Amino acid sequence: MDSHTETAELREQFETPAQQKEISTLGMWIFLVTEIMFFGGLFLAYAIYRREFADVFALASNTLDAVIGAVNTAVLICSSFTMVLAVRAAQIGSRKALIVFLILTILFGGVFLGVKAYEWDQKFEEHHVPGPTFHLEGTTQQGPAQLYFSLYFTMTGLHALHMIIGEGLMLFLLWHAYKRKYTPSYYTPVDIGGLYWHFVDIVWIFLFPLLYLIARHQH
Amino acid sequence: MHEQAASIKSYTLVFLSLLILTAATTVVAFIDLGPLNVVMALFIAVVKMMLVALFFMHLRYSTVLTKVVVGGGMLWLGILLLLSLSDFVTRGWLPVPGK
Repeated sequence: MDSHTETAELREQFETPAQQKEISTLGMWIFLVTEIMFFGGLFLAYAIYRREFADVFALASNTLDAVIGAVNTAVLICSSFTMVLAVRAAQIGSRKALIVFLILTILFGGVFLGVKAYEWDQKFEEHHVPGPTFHLEGTTQQGPAQLYFSLYFTMTGLHALHMIIGEGLMLFLLWHAYKRKYTPSYYTPVDIGGLYWHFVDIVWIFLFPLLYLIARHQH
Repeated sequence: MHEQAASIKSYTLVFLSLLILTAATTVVAFIDLGPLNVVMALFIAVVKMMLVALFFMHLRYSTVLTKVVVGGGMLWLGILLLLSLSDFVTRGWLPVPGK
């Protein structure tokens, strides 16, 4: 094989830019599949314990604010929308639009994390954090109640950690977009950064109804 | 790989559908449907996931190899959930001798 001059869009080990892009996309999806399995274990633990302690889980779930949860879900969907528009801007070579939409994505992500921090703070105030000071009104089953909140903090916490990493990725993309690194023939980092961002959105799409909405009709 | 940029209009439609579904899942949760509440919540979540994956993540235009990888991931997730739950749900259905 002839060696060719290396560029960002065509590294030495690839035959064509299209092949390189395909491999990058596939690699990102394989990583996301490992993430599906990672979060899948937590969803399984949630399903098993929710079945076992349905009443306590219902009581504990209803202490969350469904309206705040719904609004935050909408904020995250807005961030996914601006992200997909950022990818589109990169695709058509509009640097200005790419920068604007990346900034908007970072802002929506920041709002989501801010609201999440407020919700966590409320839980600390209400003594709903598992530990020696834990207390949930209206039940004698404090153990299973702590189990719900352990799952709540683990799942929303790991989701928030993914969001923070996503914010870092967006800042990186923004910096490189500013430095004119992306062109219509090479914007793979924006593309696969978008895949990651949307995946984190999908995780929340399942967390929201399962954590906030499971027992609203009961009280 | 599908390189042609999709229209802003189609992305906007998906975006609005996602917002409407979020409102729908919240409202439906407050109505007592018995065991159907969980079914509705999961059904709407799966529809939202499909919208994000197919349109925002461009899975619709991805190569067959990528689709197979994603399908394989979902299959293993299904095995994890279904086989584990079939164990927990059926415990106690039959008496265990000597217990």
